[in-house]
Amino acid sequence: MEGRQRARDIYRQALPVVLLSLVAGLFSGTLLGTETMRTSIERVPGILLLLPAFLATRGGVYGSLGARLSSGLHQGVIPPQITLDRRIVNAIVASFVNGITISVFIAIITYLTLLVSGAGGDLVRLVGIMLVAGGLSAVLMLSVLVVVVFVGYRRGLDPDNLIGPVVTTLGDVFGVAFLLVGIRAVEVIL
Amino acid sequence: MTSPSDGSSPGPPQEPSSVSPEWSVQHIVRTMIPLLAALSVLQLVSGSVLEGYEATLLRYPALLVLVPVQIGTAGNLASIMCSRLTTQLYLGTYEPTLSNPGVRANVVAVFALAATVFSAVGVAAWALGAVLGGGLDLGRVLAISLGSGMLLAVLVVTTSIVAVEASYRVGLNPDDTTIPIVTNVCDVVGVVILFGVVTLVL
Repeated sequence: MEGRQRARDIYRQALPVVLLSLVAGLFSGTLLGTETMRTSIERVPGILLLLPAFLATRGGVYGSLGARLSSGLHQGVIPPQITLDRRIVNAIVASFVNGITISVFIAIITYLTLLVSGAGGDLVRLVGIMLVAGGLSAVLMLSVLVVVVFVGYRRGLDPDNLIGPVVTTLGDVFGVAFLLVGIRAVEVIL
Repeated sequence: MTSPSDGSSPGPPQEPSSVSPEWSVQHIVRTMIPLLAALSVLQLVSGSVLEGYEATLLRYPALLVLVPVQIGTAGNLASIMCSRLTTQLYLGTYEPTLSNPGVRANVVAVFALAATVFSAVGVAAWALGAVLGGGLDLGRVLAISLGSGMLLAVLVVTTSIVAVEASYRVGLNPDDTTIPIVTNVCDVVGVVILFGVVTLVL
């Protein structure tokens, strides 16, 4: 009947986005389950502790940049081209600062939690891992997001509908990978 | 707030001095950092759960495969549900009861989505886990993913309705505040539910 038809429509509209994020999630889960990653989890205390925060805050940092650019475009206060417009540059710089700051913050609260629970962590190592992982995430997410928002807008798509799936999918696919790069890089340097 | 020349005149690209404070680096950083910091602290709760189950996770890679999906999907479903209820609120067709046709259609859709997604996730996690060297059979992985997934659907539906209703009564715009909060709460509780079910099944 009418109600059933309505539920079916919602299901059909939502399924592609949910399935896309599922595939991305499975990809990062598979990386998490690899021998290399399992060894790192065992060797570096705090990796599992910081994982959810690291994966989740990137949505907050870059999702909000997307929403800001999109509102600016809709209101006409920023030009629809990727230029050195003050507002565009400011929004990007601020997101980069936010991404790096919050990565360091996550390393610090993870260290403090380990300290309280008596597990004993290494602050320098955790900060180093998060700086590498957070920095790589920032560069990738910022460049892809800016291109998607502006190109999408010029092609007549509403950026608001693109930002969510793009941020979630990229974040999932590259999040664990960059974390692994961070662990390796710090291992080599320290 | 805004300088007279701000954005309103159709002219060449703005001079630095004409950029309104809302688009300044300091303003964006200052408004975002407290929220991001609070969310990170909240996410430490799921991190602690993961850390507590470290030995189990390392022994059964299929469970590690499940973790990122589980972290993301609950929040995803919650944000779909919340934005739909919010739209209904603006259109004036919302009421906080399951007998409301719009609310009921959303609830049915969320349960159907959860059943689809978490069955697929169970099979995929079992197969990937087997390749990665795990010792969990399909039945148990499926029981974990589908069991926790359906409990998640209950959580998503309840939290979304409560949050949209609460933000309406308090006078907050649900689009700005409710969705980020509900998404993160569902993500955290999602991990807690996952490991509750893991404990029951293993």
